[in-house]
Amino acid sequence: MSGHNGRPAIRLESVTLRYRVPREKIRSFKEYTIRKLKRLVVFDEIEAVRDFDLTVQPGETVGVVGRNGAGKSTLFKLIARVLYPTVGRVVVAGRIAPLLELGLGFHNELTGRENVVLQGALLGFSRREMRRRLPGIVAWAELEEFIDSPIRTYSSGMTARLAFAVATDVEPDILLVDETLAVGDERFQAKCKERIDAFRKAGKTVLLVSHNLAQVTENCRRTVWIHKGRLVRDGDSSEVTSAYHSWSLTGAPEVPR
Amino acid sequence: MVGVSAEALAGRDVPVYDSARRPPRFVEEARGLWAYRNLVIEMAIRDIKIRYKRSVLGVFWTMLAPLLNMVALTLVFSALLRQQIENYPVYFLAGSLFWTFFAQTTSSASSQTFDANEMTKRIFLPRSVFVVSSIAVGLVNFALSILPLLLILIVMGFPLHPTWLFLPVSVVLISLFSAGIGFFVFTLASRFSDVREMYLVLVQTWFFLTPVVYHPSIVPARYRYALWFNPMFYLIQTVRRPIYDGMIPEAKFFVPAAAIAVVTLLTGWAYFCRHADQYAFES
Repeated sequence: MSGHNGRPAIRLESVTLRYRVPREKIRSFKEYTIRKLKRLVVFDEIEAVRDFDLTVQPGETVGVVGRNGAGKSTLFKLIARVLYPTVGRVVVAGRIAPLLELGLGFHNELTGRENVVLQGALLGFSRREMRRRLPGIVAWAELEEFIDSPIRTYSSGMTARLAFAVATDVEPDILLVDETLAVGDERFQAKCKERIDAFRKAGKTVLLVSHNLAQVTENCRRTVWIHKGRLVRDGDSSEVTSAYHSWSLTGAPEVPR
Repeated sequence: MVGVSAEALAGRDVPVYDSARRPPRFVEEARGLWAYRNLVIEMAIRDIKIRYKRSVLGVFWTMLAPLLNMVALTLVFSALLRQQIENYPVYFLAGSLFWTFFAQTTSSASSQTFDANEMTKRIFLPRSVFVVSSIAVGLVNFALSILPLLLILIVMGFPLHPTWLFLPVSVVLISLFSAGIGFFVFTLASRFSDVREMYLVLVQTWFFLTPVVYHPSIVPARYRYALWFNPMFYLIQTVRRPIYDGMIPEAKFFVPAAAIAVVTLLTGWAYFCRHADQYAFES
């Protein structure tokens, strides 16, 4: 399943992400200086992702499963350029919409309209461009009456709708969806799903993290399973999710080889 | 389905990110800042809007605060100091324009670190936008605080010297200097929560060591050399000379001020960029 131009949308080549964290959390500069002088700063090395290979072609929808802390969101962060690999290489072709956390960067005192412009700027769009897109965003989020009220008067569902509308209206090539952060009522969830479907049909690349295995098999032909930063399985969704499901029921700390 | 995507991708310019082809960090950050220049402006607009939405006095506070300070200081100083400074209100306001700019922008940079950390561990952003938008807000406030100064000039019948035309140059210098210090403070404050408080204390001390409310000549002669080690002394002279003395700053003030501004910006930028990648792991 390769694109005609041959360039994958996402490619990770033996990526390892390692970082040092101080064993005791040092939040104060004074303490740090004293400890540094006494050579008391001890670092632990953490490998969040190990020797990871993944290629996703344009137009693919890939599910990502794994336990909490397995490295699913670290994987997203590597793709979204929030973290850089220590070893290996990450290549991403296309504009990414980070649906990592809805409502990030919204300001309570500003109106919905003002926040749309600000949110657009966070995603790299101009004020004029966001003004042009505003009607579509407001209509999708069903916030016509509230768009000029401050966000602090919004319910969490309304905020989520607005955030989702902005992030998906800007026509990204690659959508990173973290379902574990899903909020909102059923109708909103259904609308989100509809929109993600539309993305898939338009040939966009979608990565979907979810704990809902039925949803993963339904949406994705291919699924990858991550455990302790490593890629355990990569293949047909129903096979991978059922293997993952039976493993997680056993509660075993290690995955079967 | 795949065919559609390939056509769509070929049809427009697809940005490609390749972790193996990253330019040097300081180049990458500069390009990022340019690409996100629009965000700098939007963040500045947001900060100004919020500031004026919250406070009842609104814009007037920006203009009222320096006036009140000036009245208090004029009273105190005419009572305390034997040596009087002619047209003290103008003397003080001219110097305080730059001091306020410097103190506000750098401490605002240090207080943006929480937001910055929250955002940049989730989405890609060049972190320098937070420091640069603080400078942008400072410039707007600076422009607003020119008004009370003009008011005082009119009331006192103090001449509006043609050397005011030199001020844009001085403003560029103070902006570069403040940005440089802002990058240092921002970098440290992103990592350590107590840096902001320490910095505020430092700024307060620095203020009293800089001739803003007093004249350099009241510093005892044997300590006066210390002024030459104070970067803000030169920078304040580049605004006070044109406004208060009606002259272009002499080379002995201007050349060090320009050199300090550029060197501070470059070292601040280098320090900031050296640490820029590690933020996403911390906190």
